[in-house]
Amino acid sequence: MSDLLELAESIFGDAASNDTGFDAKLWRTLAETGLARLTLPEEAGGSEGTLEDAAVVLTAAGAHAARVPLAETDLLGGWLLHAAGVPLPDGPLTAVAGELEVDGTTVRGELRRVPWARAAAGVAVLSGGHVVLLDPGPAEITEGTNLAEEPRDTVAVDGPAAAVVAAPDGAAAELRLRGALGRSLLLAGAARGALAAGVRYAGERVQFGRPIGRFQAVQQQLALAAGEVAAASAAASAAARVAADAGFAAPSTRLAVAAAKSRTGEAAGAVARITHQVHGAIGFTREHDLRLWTTRLWAWRDEDGSDAEWNADLGATVLAAGPAGLWPLITG
Amino acid sequence: MTEDGPVTATLHRLPDLVPPPTELPPRTAAVRAEVRAFLAEEQAAGRWTPRADVWLSGWDERFSRELGRRGWLGMTIPQEYGGRGASALDRYVVTEELLAAGAPVAAHWIADRQIGPTLLRFGTEEQRQRFLPGIARGEVYFGIGMSEPDAGSDLAAVRTRAERVDGGWELTGTKVWTSGAHRAHAFFALARSAPRDEQQRHAGLSQFIVLLDAPGVQIRPIPLLTGAHHFNEVVFDRVFVPDDMVLGEIGAGWKQVTSELAFERSGPERFLSTFPLLVALVGELAGTSGAERSAREIGGLVARLWTLRRMSLAVAGSLESGQAPELAAAVVKELGTRYENEVIDVARLLVATPPDPGAEAGFARLLADAVLHAPGFTLRGGTNEVLRGIVARGLGLR
Repeated sequence: MSDLLELAESIFGDAASNDTGFDAKLWRTLAETGLARLTLPEEAGGSEGTLEDAAVVLTAAGAHAARVPLAETDLLGGWLLHAAGVPLPDGPLTAVAGELEVDGTTVRGELRRVPWARAAAGVAVLSGGHVVLLDPGPAEITEGTNLAEEPRDTVAVDGPAAAVVAAPDGAAAELRLRGALGRSLLLAGAARGALAAGVRYAGERVQFGRPIGRFQAVQQQLALAAGEVAAASAAASAAARVAADAGFAAPSTRLAVAAAKSRTGEAAGAVARITHQVHGAIGFTREHDLRLWTTRLWAWRDEDGSDAEWNADLGATVLAAGPAGLWPLITG
Repeated sequence: MTEDGPVTATLHRLPDLVPPPTELPPRTAAVRAEVRAFLAEEQAAGRWTPRADVWLSGWDERFSRELGRRGWLGMTIPQEYGGRGASALDRYVVTEELLAAGAPVAAHWIADRQIGPTLLRFGTEEQRQRFLPGIARGEVYFGIGMSEPDAGSDLAAVRTRAERVDGGWELTGTKVWTSGAHRAHAFFALARSAPRDEQQRHAGLSQFIVLLDAPGVQIRPIPLLTGAHHFNEVVFDRVFVPDDMVLGEIGAGWKQVTSELAFERSGPERFLSTFPLLVALVGELAGTSGAERSAREIGGLVARLWTLRRMSLAVAGSLESGQAPELAAAVVKELGTRYENEVIDVARLLVATPPDPGAEAGFARLLADAVLHAPGFTLRGGTNEVLRGIVARGLGLR
């Protein structure tokens, strides 16, 4: 195990619980250890890590169902503000692409399903040609959630923004890719967490005089789930590697991230279905922790572009390239 | 967290299901470009037509020799034995280009994929000198003699006997499903050199290099359901194998055979068997009015293919660094061979053209071949059920 993986596993493992809502204690630990702003440059309070480092940490966060806006702070909000030259506020951040009316430094409008807005110290908004930093304090926040009870809030603003600057070139495309990459890594981690829960339960639950994991029918199902977990991990980590090497503007990164979000989304459904089936009725209850992973799998597969959306994107690229262009796309 | 206890301990016990990502070294871009140009030239000259499942059915000795002439066979074999001493990742690039093009690779396939590496690992100096140069030239072809009428998934049940005789061994028994035995020069036969011991079922097995024109070897076709002749039954009636044709150690057959499985199970041939059909499918759809509607299904296939290739490359990188990621290799084959079937399912959904085994080429012919060959994908080299059993063992369930 690498030092970074060991650190991440230990921090997220210690914080694991079946509560709901922002985990302020975990966030303080992440900030103290430099994981909260892992890939950001030093002048933005970051640790100057790579996207591959982020892959390790986000996968671990997903595996332990961590309740913190880690991708939102590091990969999205922090990146967008820093790229636009806006000094970063302290604390957790979030980011959203939306439409605000911008008049000088005054902004007006409503942003929907903003991740963790109620817990964030700053909301980075990419609106048309502007990057806007909002202080959530004066904004009107209507609480909402995703299927995993993670905050997905509506933010209404009508007044001065903390900052309004011109958006860097290509910001919208990169923000979308970064969101999908971060979500893919979280999904790969959550899939692994659900598989671990399934393996644990199959080893403990006794029926017909033996642990149910001794039955080939159950073994074959968990092996299928493991295959899906392997595919999700491979896709997400390879996409992080491609993005780290080639940058987000490269066509190879666009293809890799699309494939990763599609494949992790596909794996999410299969792993959730199999692990619930293995758990029987107890996994379907509030008291059991299986839901921590399966509700995240169900929520996250439809966030930052569903598998259907990314498949359409990929398919359009392939059909435009034509039959002779397909293999070069795969190997490029 | 609950009465089951925290999942953290189980999480940490889960095996690595896939090695870390591997990027191909930049030098491989040159050989990829050369292979692509060569394949385009061959196709333009009409020397062969792209087919599905070419590593079973595309036997073309001229093509194999041509690859050998260009240094693209036995690439990992050291120069002293006629190879290039290249890395497995260089070979990976050449192999995936050949398969993606649907080129006829069956003649040299087994020799290039596993006989060469196995001889390098377990063969004697004399055996290497004798066979490796011909393998690298694309002139010497091999088969694999493992399965028997009563030993399929349960390989340890092989009954072919090897009896000690003066100067060597005498083999008696029957091997089945031996691809290309009617055209190959030799094969590796797994036989029982000591009586079966129920307590140690994997003991007492040995591997022998058997020349397929040796006295006492009878080869009979086992036609596929299409009638095509690829499989054979190979019957030994007291076939003499001299001591210098024993492969590796007597009694170590099981260990030798299973040590190659990670190579055999994780290569691009485990997910590219129907790739030429996918290319034809894109050709049918591109530029048509239905293209937009089909984009989602095509995108789904491409996402899975991209992922499988990344998994397969990760295993190749891990093998190259000296590990034996058998679990990950089993996963690649299990997912990859199901994917080969999914290409057929999607092609049928999106294009109304029925399969036509009599067509010369194109979508209808590729679909026909893919459908008729599909049952083999999830059987050969370890059935998917056996592979899932291996994964379940890796998870600690058995």
